[in-house]
Amino acid sequence: MLIRKPSDIPSSEITSQTQHDLFMGRRRFLRNAISGAVVAGAAATGADRIAEVLSPRIGALAAGKLQTVPSRLTTTGETLTSLQDITHYNNFYEFGVQKDEPSANAAHLPTRPWTVKVDGKVKTPRTFDIDALLKLRPLEDRVYRHRCVEAWSMVIPWIGYSLSEFIKVCDPLPSAKFVQFLSYYDSKVEKWASQSAIAWPYTEGLRMDEAMHPLTLLTFGLYGDVLPNQDGAPIRIVVPWKYGFKSAKSIVTVRFLDKMPPTTWNEQGPNEYGFYSNVNPNVDHPRWSQKTERRIGQAFYAQRKTTLMFNGYGEQVASLYNGMDLKKNY
Amino acid sequence: MKRSTQILLKTLTWIACLSPFLLLVYQAITNNLGPDPTAKITLTTGYNALLLLIISLAITPLRTLFPRLSWLIKFRRLLGLFAFFYASLHLATYIALYMNFDLSVFKTDITKRRFIIMGFAAWTLLLPLAATSTTWAIRKLGGKRWNRLHKLVYLAAVCGIIHYWWQVKPGVLSPMRLTIALALLLLARPVLTYIKSRKTRAVAVP
Repeated sequence: MLIRKPSDIPSSEITSQTQHDLFMGRRRFLRNAISGAVVAGAAATGADRIAEVLSPRIGALAAGKLQTVPSRLTTTGETLTSLQDITHYNNFYEFGVQKDEPSANAAHLPTRPWTVKVDGKVKTPRTFDIDALLKLRPLEDRVYRHRCVEAWSMVIPWIGYSLSEFIKVCDPLPSAKFVQFLSYYDSKVEKWASQSAIAWPYTEGLRMDEAMHPLTLLTFGLYGDVLPNQDGAPIRIVVPWKYGFKSAKSIVTVRFLDKMPPTTWNEQGPNEYGFYSNVNPNVDHPRWSQKTERRIGQAFYAQRKTTLMFNGYGEQVASLYNGMDLKKNY
Repeated sequence: MKRSTQILLKTLTWIACLSPFLLLVYQAITNNLGPDPTAKITLTTGYNALLLLIISLAITPLRTLFPRLSWLIKFRRLLGLFAFFYASLHLATYIALYMNFDLSVFKTDITKRRFIIMGFAAWTLLLPLAATSTTWAIRKLGGKRWNRLHKLVYLAAVCGIIHYWWQVKPGVLSPMRLTIALALLLLARPVLTYIKSRKTRAVAVP
């Protein structure tokens, strides 16, 4: 099997000095090296195709950085949370329960090759390759506030395009009323999943109109680069007006359904985690108030902030819930 | 035990017990408490309070099992007081960084949130124990009454563990290790008493 030698790494990757590359360089190198090895292994079946398969693929992977366009749906006036904190303070229980565990363990997640299966209430069930999805629409820079149900928050510069663009391509039937997202799960890779008494794989869902809302982002990257594994590589959704756990990571299946799907945290604690789980300062979590939040990366005396209704995206999304009792439908 | 050994061991215990606190202070000063400083302070103080309380509960069974270790009793008060020290820091963190010194927040929390009720109960139970930890108080109360009062430590530890379970999300098992440790130590007491009573009977009969 061919394994990429360090000398094959473009010098740009070794010498780049931005904060971003200082944190990301080693992980990306490892990931690319692994992907390279996988591609090489596949190619080795036909020796004459090695050169043809290897060079463009590895070239694309090594580039890492994503080409993006600006978006008018981006959030302004917020200080971005540092890449260090975004990548070292994660809830990704398949890779450990403690916040610093996913950054240490998620390197094992095999993000290439990766496919997303689309099934359920669609005209034709299909499977999409991650590289095809990356090229489906221009990738946009979208800064969003991210509010966890645990009452901490970040501001994250995501990269992706509206999930609605992808759903249109999926061509769901009129009977599709909900979308379910299933995350990658392999107990051999995600050995830490057994630390918690949760039925894996992780599953989340949205009502169709929520999924079609332009703010709902099909996400491939952050801070200019592909998603770090611990942040849900290679593809996740981000629903900025809902508590973070609604935004499923490392998605392998998108399923269209005529009824509300079961969701992981709702099954764990139905009185604590509702299906909607919109950010709402007026509805307490049974165990703590949701009126305020702790902004990640601030000094301990400066962390407290007031939580905004719909995480500050009410103007855009409040109409989705007209006539609904949000205390009952928490 | 030689007096010099005892002083050395006491010093080491002080250092070990203080180090989580000193590390927190150092990290706070150097702005190095990690992404979520509030949570870090809360978790560190709460965890160490429970840990030290459970370690202090290991001393009696250890002395029963190994009579040669009877000198361990000299360390129990120190461990218990440090447990109370961390529990108080934990409470102070809640008052300052969660409650924000707002009594109305406390009113809601102490009436509505069971993990707060349980945690506050644990701290309240430790309070009279810390207050009567001096030699003077032991003498004043009399050994028997003092012993009976200090049985509250079992209840405090159980409340603390329940507080921990009720704080984490359903399905998260991080309090498990401390729970098993406490369960074993609580179970060891009747078991050891039973074994001891059988031994004395065996000796007494012939």
